[in-house]
Amino acid sequence: MLFNGVRKSAIATSRFGDAKEMERTMTLSLRDSVHLVSDPKNLDASVHEVFQLMLGVECQRIEGPAEVEPESVTAVVGFGGLLSGACIFKTGGSAAMSIAAHMTGMEFEEIDDIVKDGIGEICNMLAGVWKGKVPDLAANCGLSVPAVITGRDYNLHVQAPEFKLCHTFSFDKASFEVTIICDGMQ
Amino acid sequence: MSEIRALIVDDSSVMRKIVERSLRQAGLDPLIVHEAGSGIEGLDLLRTKQVDLILSDINMPSMDGLEFLRQVRAQNLAPGVPVVMITTESSEEHVKQAILAGAQGYIRKPFTAEQVKERVLPLINAA
Repeated sequence: MLFNGVRKSAIATSRFGDAKEMERTMTLSLRDSVHLVSDPKNLDASVHEVFQLMLGVECQRIEGPAEVEPESVTAVVGFGGLLSGACIFKTGGSAAMSIAAHMTGMEFEEIDDIVKDGIGEICNMLAGVWKGKVPDLAANCGLSVPAVITGRDYNLHVQAPEFKLCHTFSFDKASFEVTIICDGMQ
Repeated sequence: MSEIRALIVDDSSVMRKIVERSLRQAGLDPLIVHEAGSGIEGLDLLRTKQVDLILSDINMPSMDGLEFLRQVRAQNLAPGVPVVMITTESSEEHVKQAILAGAQGYIRKPFTAEQVKERVLPLINAA
């Protein structure tokens, strides 16, 4: 029987060794994959994939921070498991409304619950696609449900991460920042 | 195609709307959609509504999609109804868990309407 192209019997008969062997293999393989985990191209590819498929737009990577707006929206999805850290999506209020409009086909005049929900889902998909680009992370790193923060003049501070990627993108007249923070690898 | 009744379970209202739009673009028309914001809401709906198709997110607060699916099967709430998981998780281990819980299909977010069509229509036609 085929399940989206995966043979069911093959899945059912796949075997791991004992738990300690599996843990050792996973730890070694993730350490061996650090160059993939921290590869900035994976973040760019993830952003392009999510925005192309879910919004139908092409976005460009740009230099510098996203355009500052009086009000901003930040979504955070945490990583847990072999890698701990977070995916952070930050954008201005009007850009957030534009993104939500592309997702839903609706028009927005304020940052309501639908806009927050849409930005949270964008961040969730970015986190999922990004970790899916490293096979060991895909299977052994869980995602939290998105948390969304809105407001003026706030900062998100993370103490000395193991590594951090922060890229800025734009589409139409909107810009946004995507940050991957890794504060620990087992 | 005769009328299709679908249950969409996702804690994101935006994703529920996107999934509904994708089903319509896939040609499921006429389509009646029931929405649930959690696995618990989904179980409650299935006690009162008959459906032909269930699409569920996995990563949800309070009751995740896999537990929702296990409960659907254990309580025999939708016998013979195909279930498709729609989620950001796409590793073989997650697919395996979905099969064991009783899913017939798996769609990874982000997705296109064409992917929804490829995964869902064969299940509807076979049911």
